[in-house]
Amino acid sequence: MVKLAIAVSDLSKKYDSGFAVSQANFQVPVGTICGFVGPNGAGKTTTIRMLLGLISPTGGSGEILGQSIDDPEKYLPLVGAMIEGPAFYPALSGSENLKVLASLGGFPMERVDQLLEQVGLADRGKSKYKTYSLGMKQRLGIAAALLPNPKLLILDEPTNGLDPEGIQEIRQLLRGLAENGTTVFVSSHLLSELELISEYLVMLRKGKVVFAGAIQDLFDKQQPFMLVNTLNENDLERIIKIAEAAGHEAHIRDGVAHIKGPAEWAGTLNKLAFESGIVLTQLSPQLPNLEETFFEMTGEQK
Amino acid sequence: MIISIARIFAAEWRKLRRPTLLLGTLGAVAFFSVLVSSLLFLMIDSPNGNGDRGIRITREMLSLPSGATQSFSSIGNLLGIIALCVFAAQTAQEYSLGTLRNLLVREPGRVRFLVGKLASMKVFAIIMTLVSAVISIGVSYALAGGKNVSTDLWFNGDGRLEIGKTLLNVFISILGFGIIGMVLGILLRSPISSISLGVLWLLIVENIVGAVKASTLQWLPGNQLGTIATGGSDTISYTHALSLSGVYVGAALIIATVLFTKRDVAD
Repeated sequence: MVKLAIAVSDLSKKYDSGFAVSQANFQVPVGTICGFVGPNGAGKTTTIRMLLGLISPTGGSGEILGQSIDDPEKYLPLVGAMIEGPAFYPALSGSENLKVLASLGGFPMERVDQLLEQVGLADRGKSKYKTYSLGMKQRLGIAAALLPNPKLLILDEPTNGLDPEGIQEIRQLLRGLAENGTTVFVSSHLLSELELISEYLVMLRKGKVVFAGAIQDLFDKQQPFMLVNTLNENDLERIIKIAEAAGHEAHIRDGVAHIKGPAEWAGTLNKLAFESGIVLTQLSPQLPNLEETFFEMTGEQK
Repeated sequence: MIISIARIFAAEWRKLRRPTLLLGTLGAVAFFSVLVSSLLFLMIDSPNGNGDRGIRITREMLSLPSGATQSFSSIGNLLGIIALCVFAAQTAQEYSLGTLRNLLVREPGRVRFLVGKLASMKVFAIIMTLVSAVISIGVSYALAGGKNVSTDLWFNGDGRLEIGKTLLNVFISILGFGIIGMVLGILLRSPISSISLGVLWLLIVENIVGAVKASTLQWLPGNQLGTIATGGSDTISYTHALSLSGVYVGAALIIATVLFTKRDVAD
């Protein structure tokens, strides 16, 4: 039986304005990296807050590392988190900020210097937090989340403000943690990043879980498609009609026709276009990626 | 439980001990202590009075065993307002900076969190009280000779008892003001709003209400806390001020604790 780091069942949070999260069900196995995606306002942060005991669910239940989310004191010592970006005291140095949290959690102070080194802030640890760039603040937030040497790491948009090199470093860091048995639950709007590192995925839309499971299962459910462009812009609509007449779902996005269908059908489409006098400038069979799948499943516009 | 509170205390103290806050606050405490003590002695012969609200404090009164702490006890209100601002800012900033969520992930026991935070702020209040006491008694002693005020009784047995009593009273008063600041910080979740409301109430609203109807002064919370610092007044007994302040501060603490423990931590 797979050990679970996170398991929620019908988890809900209702405000006066309606459900922020409605009957969410998902599981995250121990030692995996799980992406948590959804459009703005989908309920990601609300879900994370419920998992961390910051807000009370109005329905359902959940377990973190085998402990009920009704009793966060039992599991939070084993959980590291960065929620809604880094938040620290501007007048204190990065090092002092971490020491505040280390004191609070009863973690050894030596860990502060180790973590500053690990996230690349060793030379700026004595500088006041208010002098940090967005990327440095983000790194400090990650360092704070790593303070308890967590079994479960929950990160909300950890790569915000980081340059490509920083993003790559964080990716390697998260992979390394997962290899050592830490479960990483990470929300990000950089879907290509999540696709690179995640094995599992939870996708939210309007407070409801639209997919939860292995990322490969998600791709397996998605049909391949092809990107088609024409020399004459007006011919795009004609191409859509040709595809639909042949029983393929098709639509135009960003000035390119997206037509669902296997790569083998590309030759047939090319022939049909030629017979209709349409000159194609692009005909690229694609496998679905996370971004395409996300827009498909959440109904969001790119 | 005790270990958790000790950890919270240590974490909070790291924030309170930062030089700009600690030295800045103690600088303000020193300034008011010097100012009030100096005015008390330098204006001893002024027809406009040398005490709070034009009251005359004579040489004879200052020569009593309570003379050493006369100025110190008068500073209680000002120290209280400083404490209110510090406690309110330290509490409300956790909401405005968003740091509360980090703290509560590390220490989910919210009542323990409040107790530890309050304990460290109590230590801060004790330091404020001691610094003010040393400065105001020192300045009083230095100026007494030049104004022909006898200090013979200031440090005898009765004098030392008076100093001890006044220290305790001023500390209770400062702590009461501070807790009200902390409660305002929890309720309003904004340093500016909580400090503004607290200072506005204590310095303006209570004075206006008291000026319009003097009998209300014996019920107004700020006036009760100020009266504790002076050990009672002609119109309000120490016991009345202490018990009524206890009711106000206790009720405020209960409301704040319930809100803090039950309220969702969301922006």
